[in-house]
Amino acid sequence: MVSHESADTAALLGVLHGIPDPEVPALDIVELGIVRRVELKPDGVVAVEVTPTYSGCPAMRMIEQEIVAALRASGHDRVELRTVYSPAWTTDWMSDEAKAKLKAYGIAPPSRIVDGQALVPLTSAVRQAACPYCGSSNTERRSEFGSTACKAIHYCHHCHQPFEEFKAF
Amino acid sequence: MSTDAPSSNSSLFEYLLRLGDDRLVLGHRLSEWCGHGPVLEEDIALANVALDLIGQAAHFLRLAGQVEGKGRDEDALAYFRDAIEYRNVSLVELPNGDYGRTIVRSFLFDAWSVLLLEGLQRASHAELAGIAAKAHKEARYHVRHSGEWVLRLGDGTEDSHGRAQAALDELWPYSGELFAADEVDRQLAGTGAPDPLGLAPAWRDLVSDVVRRATLTLPADGYMHSGGRQGRHTEHLGHLLGEMQILARSHPGATW
Repeated sequence: MVSHESADTAALLGVLHGIPDPEVPALDIVELGIVRRVELKPDGVVAVEVTPTYSGCPAMRMIEQEIVAALRASGHDRVELRTVYSPAWTTDWMSDEAKAKLKAYGIAPPSRIVDGQALVPLTSAVRQAACPYCGSSNTERRSEFGSTACKAIHYCHHCHQPFEEFKAF
Repeated sequence: MSTDAPSSNSSLFEYLLRLGDDRLVLGHRLSEWCGHGPVLEEDIALANVALDLIGQAAHFLRLAGQVEGKGRDEDALAYFRDAIEYRNVSLVELPNGDYGRTIVRSFLFDAWSVLLLEGLQRASHAELAGIAAKAHKEARYHVRHSGEWVLRLGDGTEDSHGRAQAALDELWPYSGELFAADEVDRQLAGTGAPDPLGLAPAWRDLVSDVVRRATLTLPADGYMHSGGRQGRHTEHLGHLLGEMQILARSHPGATW
């Protein structure tokens, strides 16, 4: 988790909160849990630790460039970026506030992770995601894969809208 | 240093190449379906899985380059090695064939990969374990996707059943290579990585359960192909790499 140790850290976090996720601009990269740690070191270097959402997330490079650019623009020329893998990113880190923003943006927020499913279930126990537009749970999952790695495609039988869900992962 | 007993560092490098190359080559094969999937959802699904696999490969190969210590990054390892330097199993380089064959190949691989990565999370090398833990979460939904399609195709129409069975029969002789252990594996097993042979019973349970439910027949074990881990590949890998590497080799160092 991101530590709130000092005024410096809070200010740096404020800068990083200003960077929206390129794929899901309703959330910023701190809310998404991509930024794991930020620290102003005694020598003036800003150390930032990031973790990828999915291994192949194509937005990661762009996010790293934006972190460096945003910190430079706020007067920090020397930035050390480090990718960390552990603990692995999970949607369970998302706050209720971030989930509400996703829903307002038209993406069904992720549910909590449920463990213990068989590797290849005979019939998938698919949770019916509530439609972000009308709130109905009379919905159907059309595909576990959507426009980005983090989303699934659903269809609402009540308001007849297709919609995306941020997958629990 | 004798060549029979590689140093632990060169074994780790070799092991990371195997992890990276399996996923890079299968990811590239699956990406060939982009724009050609039988239905839109499957087109998107295979492109997503391909992206995960190529992403996992990039992480493993980046670490391989750091372990090697000769200044090669993941791009150098992906684009500037020839087929003989690739360390993937032959299964993943075989041409896609029809959708059934692509799915059966992915299922045989995914069922193995999810078990391997599960165990690899407990390796003593912290960064290797971290990348494996992340990849394991993705492998879980990969095997769910390919496994559900094996059920659907096997227990589907006469045509889909026949194609799935033919794919299983043709690909089975390439499955033995997943469990063949050599000195590299033995060195890595000493640092907490799974023993390849030890994964075989759980893999067989998972595969035979899905095959049975799909009304397919598990082929008998016979001759098993080998050599991919040592760089002896089928003719297909060279063609795949030719397409994958041409841009980077035609314009070395190009950025955009």
